[in-house]
Amino acid sequence: MRIAICVKEVPDPSAEKRIDEGTNRLVRAGENTLNPYDRHAIEAAVRIKEGPAPDTEITVVTVGPESAARSVDRALAQGGDRSVHVADEAAAGSDLLGTARILAAALRRDQYDLILLGQQAADAECYVMAGLVAELLELPCVTQAASIEVGDGSVTVKRQVETGYDTVRAQTPCVVSVSDAINDPRYPPLPAIMGAKKKPHEVLALADLGVDPASVGAAGAGTRVGGLSKPEGRGDTVLIEDDGTAAEKIIEFLVEKKVVA
Amino acid sequence: MAGIAVLCELQGGQVAKGSLGVLEEAARLGAAIGEPVTAVVTGSGLDDAALADLGAHGAATVVAADDPRLGAGLAQPVVDACAAAQEAGQYRYWLAGASIMTADAMAGLAARLGAGIVIDAVELVADGSDLVTRRSGLGDSVLAHCGFATPVGVVVTRANSFAPTEGATGSAPVERIQPSFRSWSEGVELVGHEDAEDSGPDIGAADVLVAGGRGLGDAGGFAMIEDCAAAFGGAVAATRAVVDAGWYPYSAQVGQTGKTVSPKLYIACGISGAIQHKVGMQGSGTIVAINKDKNAPIFDYADLGVVGDLHDIVPKLAELVRARG
Ligand SMILES: Cc1cc2nc3c(=O)[nH]c(=O)nc-3n(C[C@H](O)[C@H](O)[C@H](O)COP(=O)(O)OP(=O)(O)OC[C@H]3O[C@@H](n4cnc5c(N)ncnc54)[C@H](O)[C@@H]3O)c2cc1C
Ligand SMILES: Cc1cc2nc3c(=O)[nH]c(=O)nc-3n(C[C@H](O)[C@H](O)[C@H](O)COP(=O)(O)OP(=O)(O)OC[C@H]3O[C@@H](n4cnc5c(N)ncnc54)[C@H](O)[C@@H]3O)c2cc1C
Repeated sequence: MRIAICVKEVPDPSAEKRIDEGTNRLVRAGENTLNPYDRHAIEAAVRIKEGPAPDTEITVVTVGPESAARSVDRALAQGGDRSVHVADEAAAGSDLLGTARILAAALRRDQYDLILLGQQAADAECYVMAGLVAELLELPCVTQAASIEVGDGSVTVKRQVETGYDTVRAQTPCVVSVSDAINDPRYPPLPAIMGAKKKPHEVLALADLGVDPASVGAAGAGTRVGGLSKPEGRGDTVLIEDDGTAAEKIIEFLVEKKVVA
Repeated sequence: MAGIAVLCELQGGQVAKGSLGVLEEAARLGAAIGEPVTAVVTGSGLDDAALADLGAHGAATVVAADDPRLGAGLAQPVVDACAAAQEAGQYRYWLAGASIMTADAMAGLAARLGAGIVIDAVELVADGSDLVTRRSGLGDSVLAHCGFATPVGVVVTRANSFAPTEGATGSAPVERIQPSFRSWSEGVELVGHEDAEDSGPDIGAADVLVAGGRGLGDAGGFAMIEDCAAAFGGAVAATRAVVDAGWYPYSAQVGQTGKTVSPKLYIACGISGAIQHKVGMQGSGTIVAINKDKNAPIFDYADLGVVGDLHDIVPKLAELVRARG
């Protein structure tokens, strides 16, 4: 099987994030990391390779600046075989539509049986990339998979919907995004981290993919941010650290708030 | 391009409340920017009389696509139906309240039309003759005023952002369209469905909810949560992560895809506080969060945040509550 995994580099989810008032873009302060949700997609692919389809090749695909190479290596260390990294200044400022166009162009170069994505990116949390990419590639799509079973010419996926759980069968090739409960991703051992750099890396520009720079990036964005404002918050949080008396302090707080008598 | 189309979703044969709320909001906005509103309904075996009732919620016209392929809750055939409606109606905007199906359908439609798409819009605002969204981001710390650079704009509004009026009356003409289905839209087949069992306590009615997330470590961790909930005379809630993992039944899930609750007290244990969880419980009176990570997003909207290990704190909390009698 040939599996592609779309991974995104995001600002460390635990670091402070803000949007620059001048450019309306996310300030990627602090260390960048591999989107934690994408680790579940990699793990899902590795389990297919370890189980039903041992001759599987796993390709990690990303759209992002050159610095995203670190996250590509992190993904490869977790079990990828090779990477495709689209890095181009003209891609900066891409929205969902632009990113999907670039991803689709990168994915179209190879014949993948299965294209996996995470449930959402930890920074922008749009959670719909799979639907855009599938439509551009003209492939069947299943999102938020809680389990994936590989069959002959199809995959069977269990997924949560508002009324319960659906089981759906998608013909391959297809696009699947996975829920963060599908598995517990393993942490790569040190040799795998060291070995990731030596795996085949392809770095491509938009021109290599035949993508018109005017259709992506800030220039080609379908959405336009005209300003920013502060939402109304819930009010202040009282934050305490447990020093062994947290339970007592919770009760005190609830009594004070008259939630418990 | 003219007009606003609202994709209305059927859930259990009825138009979902979320869809009705968005339809009404679209009508308010349409009046302000001078665009009529069309409700687009897709399904199998649709009833014209029920569709006409959408006039009560602001639809000037109802467009219905009726086909067995639209009856399984799969998004891609709905993309074909929306594209057919778009071809006939040339709408400027497409709106939908977020659900598993509608978000994917709007994503596919945006890709097919080359349209900009805004996710998680919490407000719709008239800017002259244009629609501009307020897109909540970064753990609800910022609202981006997000409009469109493309001839068509697609908006997915956050679940629970707009509530419909009860008891409204009115009627709208119904037009039927027949989509042509693309080969890839027929590549997914529904082969089974398990309905969420509504057994156990009704979490919507409980005054106190003690909620457990993946921080419990394993399914066994819920024994502690159940005990604490019992001490408070409340019920147990859960996140999607633990429901998907099979640790706890779906009927207890709170959030975008699960239930919306507003108890007097919500105690979140080992829950990171993802937006999709927040939308289901932010209406709670008092929110207490216990999490070992001081940067967990749940602390941004808890009234009391406790940084610590839930295994130390939750059993003791139950004990203290019982001791108070
Ligand atoms: C606060 C904020 C809000 C935003 N809101 C919008 C919006 O409403 N509409 C819009 O068009 N843009 C929006 N953007 C821009 C958005 O970040 C980019 O368009 C991004 O490329 C796609 O969104 P996402 O990462 O949230 O996608 P998601 O749909 O959340 O990502 C799902 C999966 O897609 C894959 N993926 C995503 N990006 C990449 C990538 N670059 N390379 C490889 N795989 C990838 C990963 O597998 C990921 O897990 C927003 C940005 C910010 C900072
Ligand atoms: C379309 C869509 C719909 C969704 N619908 C829903 C929904 O309806 N409801 C919902 O909940 N989610 C929903 N989600 C999923 C949501 O995005 C999150 O993935 C999910 O809520 C995470 O669950 P969690 O907090 O249990 O797990 P995690 O995010 O893994 O958080 C676990 C937390 O436990 C803490 N922890 C670990 N150990 C301990 C300890 N010993 N003591 C204290 N704290 C500890 C960790 O610090 C962490 O913050 C949806 C997602 C999508 C894309």
